[in-house]
Amino acid sequence: MKRIYLDNQSNTALDQKVFEAMKPYFLESYGNPQSIYSLGGESKDALETARKQIAELVNANPSEIIFTSCATESNNLAIKGIADAYKDKGRHIIVSAIEHFSILNPVKRLEKEGFEVTYIPVDGKGNINEAELQKALRKDTILVSIQFANPEVGTIQNIKRLAALTKKSSEATFHTDAVSACGTIPVDVADLGVDALTFSASVMCGPKGAAALYLKKGVKITPQIEGGVQENSKRSGTENIPAIAGFGKACEIVKQELSESSTKLQKLRDKLISELPKRIDYIYLNGASQNENRLPGNVNFSVEFVEGEALFLLLDAKGIMAASGSACANKSLKLSHVLNAMNVDVAIGQGSILFTLSKYNTEEEIDYVLEEFPKIAQKLRDMSPLYSYFMQTGKRKEAGPGTDFDHEHDHCEIEE
Amino acid sequence: MPFYSEKVMEHFANPRNVGEIKDADGVGEIGNPVCGDMMTFYIKVKDNKIDDVKFKTFGCGAAIAVSSMVAEMAKGKTLDEAMKITNADVANELGGLPPNKMHCSNLGADALHRAIENYKSKSAGDNK
Repeated sequence: MKRIYLDNQSNTALDQKVFEAMKPYFLESYGNPQSIYSLGGESKDALETARKQIAELVNANPSEIIFTSCATESNNLAIKGIADAYKDKGRHIIVSAIEHFSILNPVKRLEKEGFEVTYIPVDGKGNINEAELQKALRKDTILVSIQFANPEVGTIQNIKRLAALTKKSSEATFHTDAVSACGTIPVDVADLGVDALTFSASVMCGPKGAAALYLKKGVKITPQIEGGVQENSKRSGTENIPAIAGFGKACEIVKQELSESSTKLQKLRDKLISELPKRIDYIYLNGASQNENRLPGNVNFSVEFVEGEALFLLLDAKGIMAASGSACANKSLKLSHVLNAMNVDVAIGQGSILFTLSKYNTEEEIDYVLEEFPKIAQKLRDMSPLYSYFMQTGKRKEAGPGTDFDHEHDHCEIEE
Repeated sequence: MPFYSEKVMEHFANPRNVGEIKDADGVGEIGNPVCGDMMTFYIKVKDNKIDDVKFKTFGCGAAIAVSSMVAEMAKGKTLDEAMKITNADVANELGGLPPNKMHCSNLGADALHRAIENYKSKSAGDNK
């Protein structure tokens, strides 16, 4: 069966040209870049070429790029490393409520260690409330971290304004997690005015195992992995040269193809966003509208009366790979924290389905989704007691007969 | 390794006994849409046996597979036998469930028991 991959926020297919760029560093040029003999020199060249390609994508200086193993590591390094380096100036940190867990869990740990954290709320479309940020900024705020674009609902923040606001009202270092932005929209660190920025190869048709933290010259950071002299001692450990070479090539390709691929993604996205509601009743777009600040490849709908995991399992049976923010689809058994922060109705949010596109998707694939998805939604509605109740009475069941809140208490509250 | 067993996926993709029974002898409901799953079971009782059983379920793959399996297990059993079906029995019959689904989606037996209790309380009322 044909596979239609529409979960590109979690991982992208490797570009063949990237694979070719990685190949020499497995079997031929396998030296350690820190070794001075010729084999080491080949790896060192690859490392510095990639650093240049990667810096160019975000308009940074190559010396401002720190390689890491994944975006989670970059975010951990940014949060813990910057907090530690500036802890003598203050202990207040600001993040948004819809950050990735690799931001939220590190700040939770810092809270336990005596830092104070303010979580900035978002509106119903996922936009950061600027007034709340302004209000939260203090003399002792040392770090503000706000995601560039949300991978789940696609909302793009105005990072330039948020960074300027932060700089005007505090001395805090400004970090942004730009994983979902880099690769699909232009990212320019100088124009944005940010101090630190996370991005990753694995969502821009590059390999897993390579990511970066841009750290503006002069910004202090305490290393979180200590050892040798690699990455200027800011991130020790033998460099993953094949992955880094692939990351470099992926950035070079993104820079060349960005405007073309972004237009294509938008066209496919808009087809899904405008056609699905014509074919399925009672479905609601999550996140910014397509005419506003929405990532070009992001489509997220809540399909009322059904549950998201059931939706994507039936899609999978048709060869279509997608994701969901429902409680059942989350290992934590809670509705996605992003939908929650946007105040999406909890019962309706259970039916969330997320399609994220890449340059490899075609219009034929989107047409196939438009043909199959409504049938799947109807199949599940036909077995949903909520749907039949609604069809018979015109009422939503959330507080209707049989609703069992004691039971909810039992099974919604297990293991935090 | 797939997330769900083959048997779970088979029952999920082709659930048996989906539907409602208009003149059901007992109805049992469990769950809440806020939690992401909700099951309604309908039974017809004849000679103290479950003559027919149907369900409607809102929920994940496991919740739907569990409902289908419970309905299949209950059909033809006496009420006492059906009351002895446990959620663990259902999971075993399905070839196991992922650990995080054991508590949340595995509620089919409870919903069936509620339908039987509903029937019993109704028929006790009739006898008065």
